Amino acid sequence: MTEKPARTLFEQLPPGSEALFQQLFSDTIPHNKALGTVVTGARKGGASMRLDWREDLVGNPETGVIHGGAITALLDSCSGMAVATMLTEPRPFATLDLRIDYVRPATPGKPVLADAECIRMTTNVAFTRAIAHQGDPADPVASSAGTFMLATKGEPPESQSVGVLPAERATGDAP
Amino acid sequence: MTLFDRLTAARAAGDMAGLAAAIPYAGWMGMAPEATTGELLTRMRFDPMLIGNTRLPALHGGTLGALLEMAAIFHLLWETENAALPRIINITVDYLRSGRPVDTLAKATVTRLGRRVANVAVSAWQEDRNRPVASAQLHFLVTPPAG
Repeated sequence: MTEKPARTLFEQLPPGSEALFQQLFSDTIPHNKALGTVVTGARKGGASMRLDWREDLVGNPETGVIHGGAITALLDSCSGMAVATMLTEPRPFATLDLRIDYVRPATPGKPVLADAECIRMTTNVAFTRAIAHQGDPADPVASSAGTFMLATKGEPPESQSVGVLPAERATGDAP
Repeated sequence: MTLFDRLTAARAAGDMAGLAAAIPYAGWMGMAPEATTGELLTRMRFDPMLIGNTRLPALHGGTLGALLEMAAIFHLLWETENAALPRIINITVDYLRSGRPVDTLAKATVTRLGRRVANVAVSAWQEDRNRPVASAQLHFLVTPPAG
């Protein structure tokens, strides 16, 4: 293997592009906006997001513990963002499967932080790992493994597309 | 009145809306159980804030995962005589089709209900039940919380 890997679109972005990712992954995705997710970091192959505790995200009003569904949405988005940082050309992609272990209940009132990485990118499938924690990654709230299908050129993804890079938004046409 | 008392009362009165009202996140997401066809289904009413991709448009994958989990919880609360709120251990979601901007229904099936763990399978669809948009396998702890 002497072939030099193609530069990702993310690497071609100017430094300090977190704001762009924030705009792309939180502000332009209605459900992320509704949840109030904040992009806290992005690098090639990795992404971080924050979800603040809120009354209407509570799954058990007696304990105030946030519902697993909100954490599912956070980990799905953050994993998708990690995939986006690995794209070498604009391609929509969609979650194929997502497994989440809920290791412990999230402490009420505290934000939930997600750290995701894309561990492998193939022609058709991207593989991700992510954890959700509350400040100490060694004491996670949840851990996840996901796979994402990458759309072939000119073909829309078969499932939920969680994100595309700006070039795609500028040039792509959904049928 | 504790949450479980509320749930027990709702179950005794056949008041499914009361079940959903006890869980803030269910209300916020527009999810509620219904039994209009004689079986327990959970509906997620379409709302623009559920969208994940505005170009297709398609529901956010996280909302479908959340619906599958909520459907399993409603099912366990309604159909079993458990004395505790089920606590999720894990979920494995298969995303099968793009979720269009319409209502989504989900049906849970308890594969096994043990003393400590419930194994639940859930399927979600939109217009055509034979064309599911997502499905999931879930495990729940059904014992009372320690301490």
